[in-house]
Amino acid sequence: MSKRTIIPIGPYHALQEEPEFFKLHVEDETVVHLDIELGYNHRGIEKLSESKTFEETIFLVERICGICSTSHPLACVQAVEDAGNIKVPERALFIRSAIGELERIHSHLLWLGLAGHFIGFNTIWMWAWRFREDVLNILELLTGNRNHYGMMKPGGVRRDINKTDIPVVEKLLDDLQDPIKMFRDAVIQDPLIHARTKDVGILTLEKAIAYGALGPTARASGYDIDVRRDHPHAAYSMVDFDVITCEKGDVFDKAVVRILEMFESIRIIQQCLKQLEKFGGPIDSNPRFVAAGEGIGQYEAPRGEVFHYVRSDGSNRPIRHKVRAPSFMNVPTNRETVPGSTVADATIILAAVDPCYCCTERMAVAVDSICGDRLLDSRDLIRLSCEKTDRLMAETGLSGPSLPNY
Amino acid sequence: MKENPMGNNDIITAIRAQLGEPTLNPESKSGRRAYLDIPAERLEQSSRVMLDEFGARFQIATAVDTAAGYEVLYHWALDENDCVVTFKILLEHSTPELDSIALMCPAAEWIEREMWELMGIQFNGHPDMRHLLLADDWPEGNYPMRKNHGATS
Repeated sequence: MSKRTIIPIGPYHALQEEPEFFKLHVEDETVVHLDIELGYNHRGIEKLSESKTFEETIFLVERICGICSTSHPLACVQAVEDAGNIKVPERALFIRSAIGELERIHSHLLWLGLAGHFIGFNTIWMWAWRFREDVLNILELLTGNRNHYGMMKPGGVRRDINKTDIPVVEKLLDDLQDPIKMFRDAVIQDPLIHARTKDVGILTLEKAIAYGALGPTARASGYDIDVRRDHPHAAYSMVDFDVITCEKGDVFDKAVVRILEMFESIRIIQQCLKQLEKFGGPIDSNPRFVAAGEGIGQYEAPRGEVFHYVRSDGSNRPIRHKVRAPSFMNVPTNRETVPGSTVADATIILAAVDPCYCCTERMAVAVDSICGDRLLDSRDLIRLSCEKTDRLMAETGLSGPSLPNY
Repeated sequence: MKENPMGNNDIITAIRAQLGEPTLNPESKSGRRAYLDIPAERLEQSSRVMLDEFGARFQIATAVDTAAGYEVLYHWALDENDCVVTFKILLEHSTPELDSIALMCPAAEWIEREMWELMGIQFNGHPDMRHLLLADDWPEGNYPMRKNHGATS
């Protein structure tokens, strides 16, 4: 039997925004078991929330994640509104959906760029982030911030969308269509990307259901769920859009779902902006108190359903506030997808569930306790992954995706 | 929306019939939310009915420390019916114990670990009970989400 080595990825690693600790149990080059440890970034948000007023809670949950910084507040205000039977003006619903979808586009572009980087296509990385910048500019125009928009409040939104801004946003959205088409063609048609991502890290439909996978991770496996359609909230019952699904559940399908979803997001925003011309009026019902009760809020964040549960006793603070982010359900699926793969593929498989990234460029070293030290840092893992791409290039004579038409 | 073969209230009626008519909590304000009181010993069987008979999706569980005891809530999404069904299980403060459903529903494995370490609910038959969020050397019997945590006696 070959010797088993444990390669730790994390707790601090370039693949993840939140520190997480993946222990890859490796025999030769093949991962045979994956152990996941988390808690390195536990901030006690649920406990903290019990000491905040309902209004303050929204600002608190906005800081759970920098990338989905409007998903948590939106799920949270919906939970509060459900608990207290608070009505929301229609105009506010369209603004909520528009901001939510802009966030989805920037989040998916961020993922696409990083995924390209991990498998050695830095051109995709740079181009994806260049166009993500345009989306952030729109968000800054509409909300005043590139991230942490501070738009949601129980009963409505904090800031209206100005009539004069709508044509500017529409033009930026139109301009975004071609670049996303370019990414779609570059990624979906490229044989080298097929070689790196097809049949890699497959999550079967059966396992996706068993683990309660969410968002693109679930939909890539053919698990047709999307709370925007299944549990309508914000303006999603008043706009037309398709839920994108694939069949196989490999890394390629997860990328396809995310890329095609961006077109749907653009469609939704365009419809919301049109509706804003029709629905004038207030953007906030100004609730004065939250009645005693329990409420559940769901929102389809870029990574899947965000779930908030709030219990109110009629005072101005929640007595219990439960938060469940989609990665809590998606990250355990790595236990099914990583074993059987090589270390070079583990990088992109772990990244394929899009576990909230950030710029932390450090990780723990890998030490083999039996046969001495073997050091692998994040750069080594990305290098291993890039080398595999280079090897494939040499073997197949293919050059990888090019972005010639833009 | 997906094709909804039954109205919300019909599906809730059907679920209650299968689960032995548990009390529908007054919190269930609309057909989109149903809160059902489930006795602790019927959790496993009731969960199986939700998974197998109704194709429910386990969303998450929430433990709440109340004056009457610990409430453990299991949230199930019925994606085809635009409905969230929540099981409410009340446990005595002196015996916060429940049967684990992690073996039949792997999605519940992490949250049961979390409810144990933060609220001190014991899960019998959990396949891998160890700390999830807190440090491995966290003091035993110290449950930070309990309302009396940090209070001096």
